[in-house]
Amino acid sequence: MIETIRAAFVIARRDFSAIIFSKSFFFFLLGPLFPLIIGIAAGGLGQQVRQDIDRPIIGVALEESQSEKLVSAHAALAKNLGNGSFPELLILTDVSPTSPDIKAKLDTASKPLTAIISGSLEAPLLTGSQQDVNRWKGRVALLSETAMSGSNPVAVKTDFVGATGSSKKRTQIATAQGGQIILILLTMILAGMVLSNLVEEKTNKIIEILAAAIPMDAIFLGKLFAMLGMALVGITVWSTLGFIGVSVISAGIPDLAAPAVGWPLFCVLMVLYFSMAYLLLGSLFLGIGAMATTVREVQTLSMPVTMGQLLVFFLAAFTVTKLGEPVEWFAVVFPFSSPFAMIARAAQMDNIWQHGVALIWQAMFTLIIIRFSVMLFRRNVMKSGNSARKKSLLKRLGDWNSA
Amino acid sequence: MTSSAQENFLENAIEAHQIVKRFDGELAVDGIDLKIKKGSIFGILGPNGAGKTTTLRMLLGIIDPDEGERFLLGSDDPISKAHQVGYLPEERGLYQSMKAFDAIAFMGALRGLPLAEGRKRGRQMMIDHGLGDAVDKQIRQLSKGMAQTVQLLGTIVHDPDLIILDEPFSGLDALNQGKLERLIRGQADKGVTVIFSTHVIAHAERLCEEIAIVANGKIPFTGKVSTARDRLRPQVHLETRNLDGPWRSAIPADCQPLGHNWHFTLPESGVEPLLRALVEGDAGIQSLSIERPGLHDAFVHIAGEAVAKKMEEDNAMEGEAA
Repeated sequence: MIETIRAAFVIARRDFSAIIFSKSFFFFLLGPLFPLIIGIAAGGLGQQVRQDIDRPIIGVALEESQSEKLVSAHAALAKNLGNGSFPELLILTDVSPTSPDIKAKLDTASKPLTAIISGSLEAPLLTGSQQDVNRWKGRVALLSETAMSGSNPVAVKTDFVGATGSSKKRTQIATAQGGQIILILLTMILAGMVLSNLVEEKTNKIIEILAAAIPMDAIFLGKLFAMLGMALVGITVWSTLGFIGVSVISAGIPDLAAPAVGWPLFCVLMVLYFSMAYLLLGSLFLGIGAMATTVREVQTLSMPVTMGQLLVFFLAAFTVTKLGEPVEWFAVVFPFSSPFAMIARAAQMDNIWQHGVALIWQAMFTLIIIRFSVMLFRRNVMKSGNSARKKSLLKRLGDWNSA
Repeated sequence: MTSSAQENFLENAIEAHQIVKRFDGELAVDGIDLKIKKGSIFGILGPNGAGKTTTLRMLLGIIDPDEGERFLLGSDDPISKAHQVGYLPEERGLYQSMKAFDAIAFMGALRGLPLAEGRKRGRQMMIDHGLGDAVDKQIRQLSKGMAQTVQLLGTIVHDPDLIILDEPFSGLDALNQGKLERLIRGQADKGVTVIFSTHVIAHAERLCEEIAIVANGKIPFTGKVSTARDRLRPQVHLETRNLDGPWRSAIPADCQPLGHNWHFTLPESGVEPLLRALVEGDAGIQSLSIERPGLHDAFVHIAGEAVAKKMEEDNAMEGEAA
């Protein structure tokens, strides 16, 4: 056992330093910047489009005094309900409240109009398409009512508390979902890299030197921990930059609702469950990737592997609000979804012992997968002769089933 | 373990009893028995595909035999003895981005040598082997021959008791083959057991005390090189002045002369009766030589014409590739 750990350390040290001190690691660190930039750009565009759609302009063809009252009522209500709650108003000075050309004005106004209010405040007439009229007539009625009464909305005094039972539950679920999303995103981005991890050794024909010198389990363990180390370095860099960025932008750390186990332990559990999720999926990917002989085979495997990860995530996400139900227990016990389900529990349940049990279970399963992968590898890959090299991945996996 | 078995383990670096390996139902190694004495240079001879590499991989614990048992330095778990073993596989490989001395140190570290010590030794070994200028170069910057030497140095950097080399001469030019032969002899002089596989008989003949001939997954012969050669009777090359006479009965009846030259296998009665008969029978000896068969002849005799031809083809292909 000690020899296996020593040998795993030799492998991990080599792999870790080879990755960290390579030029490509810098680009790896920049990786999350690209989706961030795309996200911001897409978000900005989307918001602009939404604003254009959601803030239509309604023309006002009323008596001048009534138009002024309507505009005042609009300002007063928008102050309390938010500017986006009401359409923009455009006073149409050249149209009479009783003009028969109201419909024509919809197309000839200086700005594109969604509808036109005409008639009077007491009996407003809203002209527009059925969909737009149905959408806005309630708010036009509210505007007219407020305009006629001439009074401002009553000021409501406020008294805040930290959290109510309902808000606490709601925010803890949000924390659970947030924790899960962060875990799955990081695992998806990082664990997939393990797939191609043994290809270098096989391409460079080093695998036989390693296999003759140290236990195969040590090779798999060493590679896995080197990749985990690299992932944790990346996460540390990204989270530090993210922390600084959020602090600067929002002038301080946002006051988030605490998860059930408290923030410090939750953060520790996030790291531990990420590590376990990474090791679990990584050991599986390493095992599958070890069967592949070429980079092309590895690339072909990436798609089903990513889909598999998503399924696991959906299972865990589905059970966030179903604590204690059979499906949630399944997500907790099923090794690949266990870290995600357990982080959701950490957000919503305050007992700590269950995390110890879960971590031991996940670690055990990681070792089982490694053993299984090593068995497959030794049985199907370490052969001499051409026939062994030419066999496809599926055939090699099939060999194990038939053995 | 019986006392005789313990003695065997003290005496033998490797023991294999009836080891069998199948790939996809096909026999790759078919019940091999092997005993290799400590401190000897042992050659495993056979053409490509005969089962040499599979045998070595089983002996090293890279793969397990389907049947039989093997002991490496007295242990049936060969990987547990990895610290005492150096292995150079047939398919050479190193991490391309590693510096040469680091690659040697890494290979030592795999087998338990502290990294700092490995780096120190790696530098010194490279200087000793005329590669001082390449110490800090990356493997990808080295020539193929230099990279092979680096890998060989990595195989012995931890001072192993047993060195196993799979086709070590493959891909080397004559100069480097000579260097490798000297290195093998040097290790053997230090008491290290050296086992190598090859399909070039000359290397085995020059270096080995004992050999195993592998053909079609079996070992039809294992033992001393001299014993293999003694399987064939010496060959007589005789030139006579006369073509007939009483002496004629001393040579095989079916032997026909080429001019005045006779080639035949030395009769079982030996050299003395032959010589007496030739002299007393007035053969008029012009020249006479009695040659002991070489290992190549012994190989053909033991493994068969087809296997020998396959091995010659392998050699020719490798020569073309080089």
